[in-house]
Amino acid sequence: MSITLGHYLTLGAILFALSVTGIFLNRKNLIVLLMAIELMLLAVNMNFVAFSHYLGDLNGQIFVFFILTVAAAESAIGLAILVQLFRNKSSINVDELNTLKG
Amino acid sequence: MMDVLMDVKSALFYAFSAVLLFAAFRVITARNPVHAALYLVLAFFQASGVWMLLQAEFLSIALVLVYVGAVMVLFLFVVMMLDINIDSIRQGFWKHFPLAATMGAVIALELAAVLLGGFRVSEPHKPAATQLVMPAAVSAQAPADTASMAVEAASAALQTASQPAADVGHVVVAQVSNTKELGVLLYTQYLYPVQVAALILLVALIAAIALTLRARKDSKYQNPSDQVRVKARDRVTVVKMAAVKPPVAPAAEEEKSA
Repeated sequence: MSITLGHYLTLGAILFALSVTGIFLNRKNLIVLLMAIELMLLAVNMNFVAFSHYLGDLNGQIFVFFILTVAAAESAIGLAILVQLFRNKSSINVDELNTLKG
Repeated sequence: MMDVLMDVKSALFYAFSAVLLFAAFRVITARNPVHAALYLVLAFFQASGVWMLLQAEFLSIALVLVYVGAVMVLFLFVVMMLDINIDSIRQGFWKHFPLAATMGAVIALELAAVLLGGFRVSEPHKPAATQLVMPAAVSAQAPADTASMAVEAASAALQTASQPAADVGHVVVAQVSNTKELGVLLYTQYLYPVQVAALILLVALIAAIALTLRARKDSKYQNPSDQVRVKARDRVTVVKMAAVKPPVAPAAEEEKSA
């Protein structure tokens, strides 16, 4: 049986569900949360590339290109904030980040 | 022959997918954040393999270069810089596990039910020729778009680039590589978005440096702004004096002669 578009989309869906699970599981660990977000972006990119291939439209791959750009910027800034947070609070536990709540 | 090729592709797809999902699972369950980062590297490599199967060669190489080469090294450096107590961050892991597993399973099953039923588009359904022609058609119509965008040089180069593909149609089209097609599209139709993306990267660069830069109080440093703005009169003061000999001159002259 040959590989259909649905196979690739299912792979992306399972990957996305895994990373959602990861966000629920690692509530205390901000750095693994960031990794789970990277996995989510990978799943979305997988869908874009699969559609781009099966529909013969190259614009999907262009979109993935821009998503990669934004994701790189996002992780750079996120990690910079993380480092700054650790300097100030000596912890990366999400539950302790309640300063804005008052 | 065709069947063997399809079988090889299917086997590769399943192998890449299995390792990808395993690596993703280990990313979210690994005790040590360093292990999670390394498994994420493995996941990106497998995803790059899957994209290679989808004939997105440029993106799969870019994924390895950008993610494994830059982002994951950044992650590893940050993990090394933070002094994390592993046991304290693992608290509540099993408490959240049932809810998380239920959520994940529900999302995966729903999506898979919709997708596997709804998208039975496979390659044999499309004639191979038209599928290969599609990118060429895109590039052939691109010069018309660029003419209005006043990118003369680019469109001239584009015309020469896409001419053989447009002429020969179904025959030679496969020679146009994915990278070339992407580049043509990126630098004509998506010229302004590319520049916006460059701007986003610049902003991210400045923001990351500005966030993490820590000026030490006790270190001596030059202020370039002050250096540039300095005026000559701030450094040298010319004092007007009357040109007369001081009264003690004779004694000083005597000492000098002696």
